[in-house]
Amino acid sequence: MNSHDLQGVDVTIHQVKKKYDDREVLEGLDLQIREGEFVAIVGKSGCGKSTLLRLVAGLEDINGGSINLDGTPLEGLNKQARMMFQDGRLLPWKRVMDNVCLGLPSDEKDRAMQAITQVGLKERIHDYPSKLSGGQKQRVALARALVHDPSLLLLDEPLGALDALTRLEMQRLIESLWLERKFTSILVTHDVEEAVAISDRVILIENGKIALNQPIHLPRPRQRTNPAFSMYVEEILARIMNRKSKKNYSMLVNTETESLFNPINN
Amino acid sequence: MKGNRKGPLEKFVPWFIPFFIIAAWQLLSWSGAIPERILPAPSQIIQAGIDLTITGELSEHMGISLWRALVGFLIGGIAGFVFGLLNGVFRFADLFFDTSIQMLRNIPHLALIPLVIMWFGIGETSKVFLVALGVLFPVYINTYHGIKSIDKKLIEMGKAYGLNGKELFFQIILPGAMSSILVGIRFSLGVMWLTLIVAETISAQSGIGYMAMNAREFMQMDVIVLSIIIYALFGKISDMIAKYFEGKLLKWNN
Repeated sequence: MNSHDLQGVDVTIHQVKKKYDDREVLEGLDLQIREGEFVAIVGKSGCGKSTLLRLVAGLEDINGGSINLDGTPLEGLNKQARMMFQDGRLLPWKRVMDNVCLGLPSDEKDRAMQAITQVGLKERIHDYPSKLSGGQKQRVALARALVHDPSLLLLDEPLGALDALTRLEMQRLIESLWLERKFTSILVTHDVEEAVAISDRVILIENGKIALNQPIHLPRPRQRTNPAFSMYVEEILARIMNRKSKKNYSMLVNTETESLFNPINN
Repeated sequence: MKGNRKGPLEKFVPWFIPFFIIAAWQLLSWSGAIPERILPAPSQIIQAGIDLTITGELSEHMGISLWRALVGFLIGGIAGFVFGLLNGVFRFADLFFDTSIQMLRNIPHLALIPLVIMWFGIGETSKVFLVALGVLFPVYINTYHGIKSIDKKLIEMGKAYGLNGKELFFQIILPGAMSSILVGIRFSLGVMWLTLIVAETISAQSGIGYMAMNAREFMQMDVIVLSIIIYALFGKISDMIAKYFEGKLLKWNN
């Protein structure tokens, strides 16, 4: 598995609708994600962001519209995608190694070992999940997802239950693995700062539609101390809360001003 | 594992009370405070055990009782397990069988003894049948419940990670239901001995229960008490075996 033959997939979501009983969660949503792009989806709870992720994973059927992967319509389970869940969903009766090996052909154990090493848990392969901390469990879940070399990594608030420090560590880990392997990634999060810190683009979903589509032009690794960083965060938060931000940051969407926030890079 | 290592004190403390009772019993019997026809002394019971071992009677009766228990347990346990699995996994099987099984479950199986004697006589079949029937339901209920109560999210995850039906069953459904299945097995072991005792006492020509009933006719108090103690030991040993497997299979749970 050389990194050069791994790549992301292009995801085109067109007029996607999803209903639960009579409640319409997504009302004709359009979203285009380039291959290798890292997109973060934010929004209030119940806005349908997790639902969108589950639709892309093929865990649920859409009630209208289409989802295309590299131009091919998605039917049933999305085999190119791997999902990381908020609650980890490790199998408690399997040791770390066997959890990562889940669904892997038995002659590819060395790949599991490699993935575990990448998330820094080489010493813990023989432990049961109950012996691991919350952050370590999510590392195992990440290794389990990445061992299949997915071209699309779906992250459903995977860091939501972690403490602040562990969260930062995990964000760095996910970012570095993404930079190395260049899979397409969609992160659903309620943490705007996390979204700005890790993604190329932040999508805000409101009332079943996309309310904001904000590219983040900041150099990596991202510095939270960078004033532009806080501007992005404040702008997006203001938009979520439906209030005008104090200053006018509309220039943020303008790529010409990128240099303004990118003094180091350019 | 840590915490599993017991100090000498922890090993012996649980045995203080049984030891004290037996010692007191023996002393009271010697002093004549407990008449022999009410309760024989421990030493007499041991002597009866030795005598019956020498004549070969004891091992014969124990062997036949163990055989009945084991065969009945296997038949009933496997049937309960298979039905539990089927009805837990497949919706149609659930609809088709569960109501009927629940109805049968509510008949006390020991109430069937007269009927079973009419059907099978007092031979082996009747005993094995009763034990199997008694064991079936606890295993069924707990297997069924164990499968029904598996976290649906884990099954969804398994599907999303490309597991096929067989892998899903052996890697997620069966291990997920295992702790409940083992509860069912431990419970059914109790039912197994109880059923066997009753069946052997009422209608048998061999086995520990028969040995006790036969001893009653000859007023052999020591043999009667010996039979009761053997049943207690059987029960305890089978529970220990079940507990051992529980520890092995549910290691991840500690």
